[in-house]
Amino acid sequence: MTSTHDERDLVIKGGRVIDATGERVADVVISSGRIVAIGTDLDASIVVDAGGCVVAPGLVDLHAHLRQPGKEEAETVESGSRAAALGGYSAVVAMPNTTPAIDCAAVVREVQALGRTALCQIEVAGAITVNRAGEQLAPMAEMAELGVKIFTDDGTGVQDAQLMRRAFEYAGGLGVTLAQHCEVSALSQGTCMHEGEWSARLGLAGQPSEAEELMVMRDIALARLTGARIHFQHLSTAGSVAMVAAAKAGGLRVTAEAAPHHFTLTDERCSTYDSVYKVHPPLRTAGDVEAVKEGLRTDAIDAIATDHAPHVAHEKERPFDQAPPGMLGLEYALALALTELDLGLAEVLALLSWRPAAIAGIADDHGGMLDVGRAANLCVIDPSALWTIDASGGASLSSNVPYAGREVRGRVRHTFRTGEPVVLDGEAQR
Amino acid sequence: MKDLLTIADLGRTGIEGLLDLTERFVEVNQRAIPKVPALRGKTVVSLFYEDSTRTRLSFETAAKRLGADTMTFSVSSSSVNKGESLRDTVQTIDAFGVDAFVVRHKSSGVPAQIANWTESAVVNGGDGWHQHPTQALLDSFTIRQHLGSLQGRTIAIVGDIKHSRVARSNIEAFTALGAEVVLVAPPTLLPPVIESWPVRVTHRIDEVLGEIDVCYLLRMQTERMTEGLVPSLREYHAMFGLTVERAARMPKDALIMHPGPMNRGVEIDQAVADSPNSVITQQVANGVSVRMAVLFRLLGSTTQLDALKEDL
Repeated sequence: MTSTHDERDLVIKGGRVIDATGERVADVVISSGRIVAIGTDLDASIVVDAGGCVVAPGLVDLHAHLRQPGKEEAETVESGSRAAALGGYSAVVAMPNTTPAIDCAAVVREVQALGRTALCQIEVAGAITVNRAGEQLAPMAEMAELGVKIFTDDGTGVQDAQLMRRAFEYAGGLGVTLAQHCEVSALSQGTCMHEGEWSARLGLAGQPSEAEELMVMRDIALARLTGARIHFQHLSTAGSVAMVAAAKAGGLRVTAEAAPHHFTLTDERCSTYDSVYKVHPPLRTAGDVEAVKEGLRTDAIDAIATDHAPHVAHEKERPFDQAPPGMLGLEYALALALTELDLGLAEVLALLSWRPAAIAGIADDHGGMLDVGRAANLCVIDPSALWTIDASGGASLSSNVPYAGREVRGRVRHTFRTGEPVVLDGEAQR
Repeated sequence: MKDLLTIADLGRTGIEGLLDLTERFVEVNQRAIPKVPALRGKTVVSLFYEDSTRTRLSFETAAKRLGADTMTFSVSSSSVNKGESLRDTVQTIDAFGVDAFVVRHKSSGVPAQIANWTESAVVNGGDGWHQHPTQALLDSFTIRQHLGSLQGRTIAIVGDIKHSRVARSNIEAFTALGAEVVLVAPPTLLPPVIESWPVRVTHRIDEVLGEIDVCYLLRMQTERMTEGLVPSLREYHAMFGLTVERAARMPKDALIMHPGPMNRGVEIDQAVADSPNSVITQQVANGVSVRMAVLFRLLGSTTQLDALKEDL
């Protein structure tokens, strides 16, 4: 096979291509941001080695806190996107719980502008309610006009059932997806961890699993009432997973995500009062961890989303009950999934790439299949690389890493954002 | 041992060792001049983020009777009100060159956090709902003084277990020393998951009065009413208060204890608090001796300990 390409061509050579359609050994040629050839023995002016590696569509994170605007000391769109690229992501959905909240066109435009120079595509999520206060619908149409496809009050759930019903109905008319952080605040107010044996022993106020499950239950009912689509964020309990599986079996348009920490860590971690283990929803029991894993294996849960939540050290050093919740995830999600889930590479990539791409509404350019003519959003993974997660936090401006010292398998080697090699041999290129 | 953070850190041997050492300091405290130079040149800081007159004074008295210098850091007059972080405060005080921090904080876990930031000894003076180890030691000491041993004794802890650091550390200490502990509280004032705790639980005080050697009452805070955990103080008193009638149904020599401050007429009747079975003021007195033992164990040297024994 012969073909001619200009000097900017780049070939990813010798890798095993895995996408939503299957797997094959092939070289992938990129030019002007697009895949221009896939086949054997292809050449180009720049050769990127993928020997022993997997070439896959870039990963898509449905849930990251990039902290801009407002908390630039903890993370920026640029630093967060660098962490994302190092983690194999070509697109990230940025949560709207910023200061000010992303609840109107002006803030959407600001974050979109920051995203233009980021190392991965930044999809901006908008708030469902004004200032995420749960009282009045945010101007979703003007945000949807700018390309916002997912709306959420993440950080809190919309407590008022009537307002949520209206939001579902209104969103249906715009063709956008509502995503819910499920937590009934009446049951979770003032709590800082899971309610159970450990909270009792540690003398910390806990929230029961039911604080999450009651809102999952309510929103399934509202989805049935309105016919709307609902995406459940970071499910953490066995009961939530079971309810979502049942709702799917009943034909409702329900999708769900789980975070890496909810399939790797339990509430016992809080025993040292190290707030690096404080997160919302909280780390749960071993039984819940098993249920989340099983949900990921059985498609009850559609996607792994990081809930990457950077916080500066001096805020995490507050007393446990006062420290802000959240932990880093973008650079660890893939390796944790490959190490912990007992799934094949294609199944893990489905959870991290093409299924979340579809939920985010960006399947045209992300996820799916590697094919000639598509945007070159790719990652190259060494699936057998063993490494130990360190406490530095990597490219994030923060270092709240709950996995320090953990040995994992599978590492991102290269990442391409619309053809640009943003990560080569594990190093961010800018 | 660098710090005293929880009773569980001590274990039975550690608790008994401290109680034995406490005996020595009880003797010191009975002298005309109740003072020994065991910690001369050492500096003990009380770092109290929560109001507590009795615990702070008890620790400071203990430190002074051991010849240590004391410093008091109280939140109302400090840079905390200017927004200084916990860690910065600790490191600033540490820079003065101190030997021990006695820490009281409304958030569980703060003494453990501080222990990670300083080489100085950290004594938990009460953290949130978590632990109050010196209270548990002085309570164990008081019981031992009166009953000889805790082994095989039955101790009821009555009241707001859920929000009580005193209950958590006492359960650990009493059971480690061989006592059987019965928790007496409405379900709303019990931690939600305590199946694995080495205790019996009952919701009716009248069921256990006849069999207990110690009735340990916890302070009932009025804010629990506003949280809807108990309908009213009146109902709490009717269901769980140690009234004169109830006290009369306890064995003749049973002890009545309370960590203070008491709500007379709520968890304990006036006459019961002042009855011969009540050892509440002895608890306070023993507090100084126990805290002397703790500070000495953490800051004193072995040779000093031997010298002290000879001295006594």
